[in-house]
Amino acid sequence: MAIHKVLGTETEYGITVRGARDFNPALASTQLVNSYPGRRVRVQWSYEEESPGRDARGFGHEGYGVADPESALVNAVLSNGARLYVDHAHPEFSGPECYDALEGTLYDKVGEIVMRRAAEAAVELLPAGQRLSVYKNNSDGKGNSYGAHENYLLARETPFGDVIRFATTFLVTRQIFTGAGKVGSENGRPDVDFQLAQRADFFEEEVGLETTLKRPIINTRDEPHGDPSKYRRLHIIIGDANLSEVQIFLKLGTMALLLAALEDGALPEPLDLSDPVSSCWQVSHDPELRRPLMLDAASSATALELQWRYFEWVRKYVETEMDDPVALRVIATWEEVLADLEQDPQLAANRLDWVAKRRLLDGYIDRDGLTWDNPKLRLLDIQYHDVDPARSLHRRLVDRGAMARLFTDDEIGRAETEPPERTRAYFRGRCVSRFPGALVAANWDSLVFDTGESHLKRIPMMEPLRGDRSRVGPLLDSVDDAAALIAALGGH
Amino acid sequence: MAEREQARRSKEPERKQVEEEGTADARPSDQKLDELLDEIDQVLEENAEEFVRNYIQKGGE
Repeated sequence: MAIHKVLGTETEYGITVRGARDFNPALASTQLVNSYPGRRVRVQWSYEEESPGRDARGFGHEGYGVADPESALVNAVLSNGARLYVDHAHPEFSGPECYDALEGTLYDKVGEIVMRRAAEAAVELLPAGQRLSVYKNNSDGKGNSYGAHENYLLARETPFGDVIRFATTFLVTRQIFTGAGKVGSENGRPDVDFQLAQRADFFEEEVGLETTLKRPIINTRDEPHGDPSKYRRLHIIIGDANLSEVQIFLKLGTMALLLAALEDGALPEPLDLSDPVSSCWQVSHDPELRRPLMLDAASSATALELQWRYFEWVRKYVETEMDDPVALRVIATWEEVLADLEQDPQLAANRLDWVAKRRLLDGYIDRDGLTWDNPKLRLLDIQYHDVDPARSLHRRLVDRGAMARLFTDDEIGRAETEPPERTRAYFRGRCVSRFPGALVAANWDSLVFDTGESHLKRIPMMEPLRGDRSRVGPLLDSVDDAAALIAALGGH
Repeated sequence: MAEREQARRSKEPERKQVEEEGTADARPSDQKLDELLDEIDQVLEENAEEFVRNYIQKGGE
């Protein structure tokens, strides 16, 4: 049986300073991150290789030294287990490890709230009349792209060659329901009025390690953030950041199920495309969803047809191998969306960002007689993604009941402070709440505490599903300080 | 295709349930679009050309 698909998202946001002639994006991002008023601890984020945990349960402790305290200026761990930091010139929200796609969607949405509150608080640091605006999108329309990455836990023994073979065509064709929509094209691609995805134009290789140049459809970064003898973390870089809750759910849920089916040998054939990279651009540049993609054996199929084939395989797999309501919900949503896209993409306007955005653009074109080169259409494109609810065009649609929702605002608000309960994010987040003064460094798979002794104490967390509430909740509730926590963990 | 049609029929009860939960009366209707555009006019950045020109995002990932 496939290992449980622990997953999470990391999103870089676009940032501008309104009311300023010029601005430094790295400085603005730093001001934003440091202004976040929620419960959080500024930490050193360590990148060092972890030594294997001494304790088979994933806990233990040992001496540890902090290498670069400067990074603590722009790194914070939140009480929900997420990381908020500056990645080059962008603020980034890396959500906590989530148990399933529904939870992953919730914490992806939490990132928007975190960015909004940080931007509001950052006004204090800016000259009068200036404010930060933050956008959950992936492109500036001028050839610069920034990422919305997904992470999925894989078994180490899953041959990476199989992942490449089976996931490539899926990732290329899923753009029909993962795209956030974009006006125009970039990066030397053919001219187009509107395309499905923000990111497609930037993908130039089939497989590779890069994330900023010659981006590959399959990224080979091998940082498991867990026990490397047991796990891989598949780092998917080809997705768009989405505002639609249903769309995030579908993006995470279908990928997680596809990977589980792959690990269990439930996918009969890889459906190789003859040219995955140009197919990636073609799918995105085809809002009518009609263009056939060349397959290997001189045959062709549309992205939608290929998605139906994945759907049938994964549906069968879920029905025979899984008894999981979230998986069934993914299947039901997937089927509905594909059926609507097949009948008329407009039917999916309440669930897919690219369709919702296209509808707004078409509305302006019709009402104001605009042509596609009008800057107002690019403005609409960008402002759709503003995290400020007063300015966000997506939020206008939500407030009118025009977008299907999976969560209430209250549920998303709670997840801003509360961690997922079924992964190690629970331990991380609760330590932020309980022992903020003692926590000095963090990584996905360890926490480092200063308890006043001569050495810092590190607690490895090499198992993504341990450190959950059922395992560490009672212990965390029973100790009064970090020293007692460490003594209790070491005493086991 | 036949297989898919059959699959859809066999999944009918679940599909209905999900629609009731999430998407009932969320489908856009065109008569509301004009109202929506008017509302958006109120929040849209005033100088589109300048805003778009200044929206530059370098670095990342």
